[in-house]
Amino acid sequence: MAVSSMAQNKTEKVSSLRRLLARREVITFALLIVAFFISSRLSPYFLDIHYIFDATSLYTEIGVMALAMTFVIISGNIDLSIASMLAVTAVSFGLLYTRLGIPIPLAILLALIMGAVLGMINGLIVTRFKLPPMIVTVGTLALYRGLGQIFLGDHAVTGFPESFYGLDMRYVGNSPVPIPLVIFLVLAVIFGLVLHKTSFGRMVYAVGTNQEAARFSGIAVDRVKIVCFMLSGLMAALGAIMMSSRLASARYDMANGWELDVITAVVLGGTDIDGGQGSILGTVLALFLIGVLRSGMGLANIKIEYQLVVIGSLLIMSIIIPNIVRRLRQM
Amino acid sequence: MTSQAQTMNTSRPSNVATILAKFRETGILIFLAVLVIIATLVERRFFSLHNFENILLDISILAIVAAGETMVIISRNIDISVGSSLGLCAIVVGLMFKFNPGVPIIVGLFLGVLLGAVLGSVNGTLVTQFRVPPLIATLGTLSIYRGLVFLSSGGRQVDPNDIPPDLIAMARVGPLGIPWIVIVALLISVLVGLFLRYTHLGRDIYAVGGNPVAARLRGIGVNRVVFLTYLFAGALAGLAGVLYAGRYGTVNPADAGVGFELTVIAATVIGGTNILGGSGTILGTVLGSLLLGVLGNVLAITNVSGFYQKFAQGLVILLAVIIDAIIHNQLQSRR
Repeated sequence: MAVSSMAQNKTEKVSSLRRLLARREVITFALLIVAFFISSRLSPYFLDIHYIFDATSLYTEIGVMALAMTFVIISGNIDLSIASMLAVTAVSFGLLYTRLGIPIPLAILLALIMGAVLGMINGLIVTRFKLPPMIVTVGTLALYRGLGQIFLGDHAVTGFPESFYGLDMRYVGNSPVPIPLVIFLVLAVIFGLVLHKTSFGRMVYAVGTNQEAARFSGIAVDRVKIVCFMLSGLMAALGAIMMSSRLASARYDMANGWELDVITAVVLGGTDIDGGQGSILGTVLALFLIGVLRSGMGLANIKIEYQLVVIGSLLIMSIIIPNIVRRLRQM
Repeated sequence: MTSQAQTMNTSRPSNVATILAKFRETGILIFLAVLVIIATLVERRFFSLHNFENILLDISILAIVAAGETMVIISRNIDISVGSSLGLCAIVVGLMFKFNPGVPIIVGLFLGVLLGAVLGSVNGTLVTQFRVPPLIATLGTLSIYRGLVFLSSGGRQVDPNDIPPDLIAMARVGPLGIPWIVIVALLISVLVGLFLRYTHLGRDIYAVGGNPVAARLRGIGVNRVVFLTYLFAGALAGLAGVLYAGRYGTVNPADAGVGFELTVIAATVIGGTNILGGSGTILGTVLGSLLLGVLGNVLAITNVSGFYQKFAQGLVILLAVIIDAIIHNQLQSRR
């Protein structure tokens, strides 16, 4: 399996235009350019660099989770509980600070550990009992958010110190680059390097391409899967902290339904939902695409409702177009 | 022996699956009985005709949508757009009643089923003709249909006085004091159950889910079967949408059917339908819906605080599939 993916890499280097067209990231990139062009036509404000950065910054919470979800999906799994992990870690983080008086840096650390543990539980159930990840994480989707609800009920945690909240309003020096965007991009580079340049990354592809073959070639398949799920929990916890800072509060129902947005970003970026294929670059491009589209449409006063239709159609088209290109190539 | 199991798989659920299904159904019944006894001991109000009627009303809409989802999952696919389909059919039919007062409710029911079938066939076409993976296709339409819910209604809800009193009465009255919605749900469950068990097409659904390649070799039109399961699932979600309008008396675009797909999948899986396709029963799905309904009701009525409801739901889903996996592995190793 590793051999075939290596061979694939080599042929890609000498790729013809047609091959390039069949690559999913290229389509995502093309869509991004088109979206950018149309948005700038629809509203003169769009090309303001501050606006673009601020708008994309809103999607970085989804973005950091999408990075981890890329690993999960390439490994042939899926994690529907990711937004619930965000909610329960945000609630716990808030309670650690406000009720127990634990200082913010320590509370952040504990929240990150908690996220990783929740992810590990997903991974353990999936690997121990050989259960489909989709159904396990539908279960923990309810379980984790339910836990957040038990912890906090229908209240909100507030009263974070001024030094903590408003992360989205802070910029790098005098530049127009918001901190959350920097966090996302730095993580994207790290995740990209791990996925594409390390042996662990290659194992993730191998497990997602053919689990049995990976096992026979000596890869600890279960451990790879568990680590992917832990990354997912860890990034959910990071998303929780970024979101609590942005909203200056935490509730059990925050990020409700975001698991679907995260998966949309990953799949729009060209990662194969059946595993074995995908890239971090694709996910990053897709996130910018969603950011540009949503903010562009927002500026042009296009209602959220149309945006739902557009994003849903894009998701489906991003699968159909390469399918058609491939079919044409075979003819 | 494996080959024997596989050939059996193509025509009907294998032995392991049959044993599991039996065990699952008795398991849920025992769990339900324990739940009912405890609830009655803690809170007398639980054991009353009025409360049972409430539970049945709560689960009727769930059971109808879950019957469709069961067919889709048995065929080794998934439909996560059912919540949005339900919402779209509810709002469109609600608007139809609003602008055409006096239209008999049967027209509304018919329109709902028809629109649902169209939405389902879009899913089916994407999956079978355009080869979009089922999860992605229906994730896309989940978003598109939800967008259409807002667009068709302009974001405004359909008020109780726009919904015909006859439709609202379906959730209140009926023969022998059983509300019509419950009767419809029961009828649908029986029909779908018989369909899956005794018709060619029904058994083909199991064959396709058990082993698509073998099914194709046996001359089954796999695409046609998969397309039809999506169509049925859409039609049932449409029917449920109209009944939803009657049951709740209003249709709010921001919450009609939002997130419902997960409850539907939960009921189906708790009922023993294998998420990997090939096995499952409607009886199981009905019991799964009942379990979720009783659980929610017990937590609410015993004042355990509604805050435990989601957690308990998640726990039941996980327990159901984990117990399943343990028994499955034991049965496999014994043979």
